[in-house]
Amino acid sequence: MKRTLMTVATLVFGAGMAGADAVAPADVVFADGSVAMSLTGVAGDPENGRKVMTTRGLGNCIACHEVTALSDFPFHGEVGPSLDGVASRWEEAELRGIVANAKIMFDGTMMPAFYKTSGYIRPGKGFTGKAATEEELEPLLGAQDIEDVVAYLMTLKDE
Amino acid sequence: MKRTTTLVSVLALAAWTAGPTLAGPDDHQLVINDEIQIITEAAAPAHMDGIDTIYSGWRFRADETQALELDDFENPGMIGVENAMAIWETVDGSEGKSCASCHESAESSMKGVRAVYPKWNEAAGEVRTLEMQINDCRTTRMGAEKWKWSGGDMVDMTALISSVSRGMPVNVAIDGPAQSTWEKGKEIYYTRFGQLELSCANCHEDNYGNMIRADHLSQGQINGFPSYRLKTAKLGSVHNRFKGCVRDTRAETFADGSPEFVALELYVASRGNGLSVEGPSVRN
Repeated sequence: MKRTLMTVATLVFGAGMAGADAVAPADVVFADGSVAMSLTGVAGDPENGRKVMTTRGLGNCIACHEVTALSDFPFHGEVGPSLDGVASRWEEAELRGIVANAKIMFDGTMMPAFYKTSGYIRPGKGFTGKAATEEELEPLLGAQDIEDVVAYLMTLKDE
Repeated sequence: MKRTTTLVSVLALAAWTAGPTLAGPDDHQLVINDEIQIITEAAAPAHMDGIDTIYSGWRFRADETQALELDDFENPGMIGVENAMAIWETVDGSEGKSCASCHESAESSMKGVRAVYPKWNEAAGEVRTLEMQINDCRTTRMGAEKWKWSGGDMVDMTALISSVSRGMPVNVAIDGPAQSTWEKGKEIYYTRFGQLELSCANCHEDNYGNMIRADHLSQGQINGFPSYRLKTAKLGSVHNRFKGCVRDTRAETFADGSPEFVALELYVASRGNGLSVEGPSVRN
């Protein structure tokens, strides 16, 4: 009974976190480029992570990275390293940090920061070419999308 | 017919020799109309640190796209050149002049011009692009209306002026009075703009030859401008292309003809010193 109640409480709390209560981009705690704590408290959904990684309007990770497991989706880029076996090389906390803001672990990397809202030079309003109107931009990905991408990446283990 | 057959077989042979690899530029040779030799590969100018060899964007395009530039009858950009040849002879403005009134034949008077622009203009005290010089002629000498920077007549006229210098090496001056503009352009080239925080160099210096999703990244050379883009089915100016690139970094772009883009054009042109003038080129 106690356990059930706790589970319910966790679920309710967790669902809330995925929305307004997610860790805000500016509040994410990085340690050596890693982020130990989930951004939402809700377990990542690798299925949605796969969608985020392959969709142009979302993460579009394969624009730069090759992923053999995603070869159903055409045109993988060669700009970043292949993500095959990435979960055998990196811990979950490291992957979360890299997806959220790779520049903290890899100084000068070309990889965009997906969970960041300010500090840009001439930020635009999306892809319109016009100036952004708000001080803080929407991050490129939402907190749960990042958790979902991390969950998908964690499935990419060496055989 | 004979010409087409020869060119197709040259391309086929080159493709077979090069194999299926996509990384880097291919090893095809560009000869337009079987007579204009285009230098598409050259030693990088001394001012460049990050690259040893410079390549025209033509070398990164698919065989079918490359083929369209081999023959002026196949090159859709040449329609713009023809339009500009008619404009060249047409009187416009309060002074009763056409381009030809002062410059006579574009083929001889404009030969070599594209190769050295953007260029410092001593009287105006500024670096000028071809567009600026054309509009100065229109307003000051002809008493005619300015053209829009990326408007049809302007882009066509730059295509005509480029076409008569095809095969000549790009050779823009970056020293003397042009140097401060050039430095400003260089700074812009290496600045990481927008929410994606990308500089020109991220893609076109560090990653040319690599695929970014379905796009084969070139060095971003502008020796082929104006360029007929198959994607938009029209001739486009350098600044129009710059705008597209900056927009795609999720940044606020600069405007056509802005001091920033004039400076960037000089800098990027100087990265192609040694390649042939190639415009109007064909790209995807």
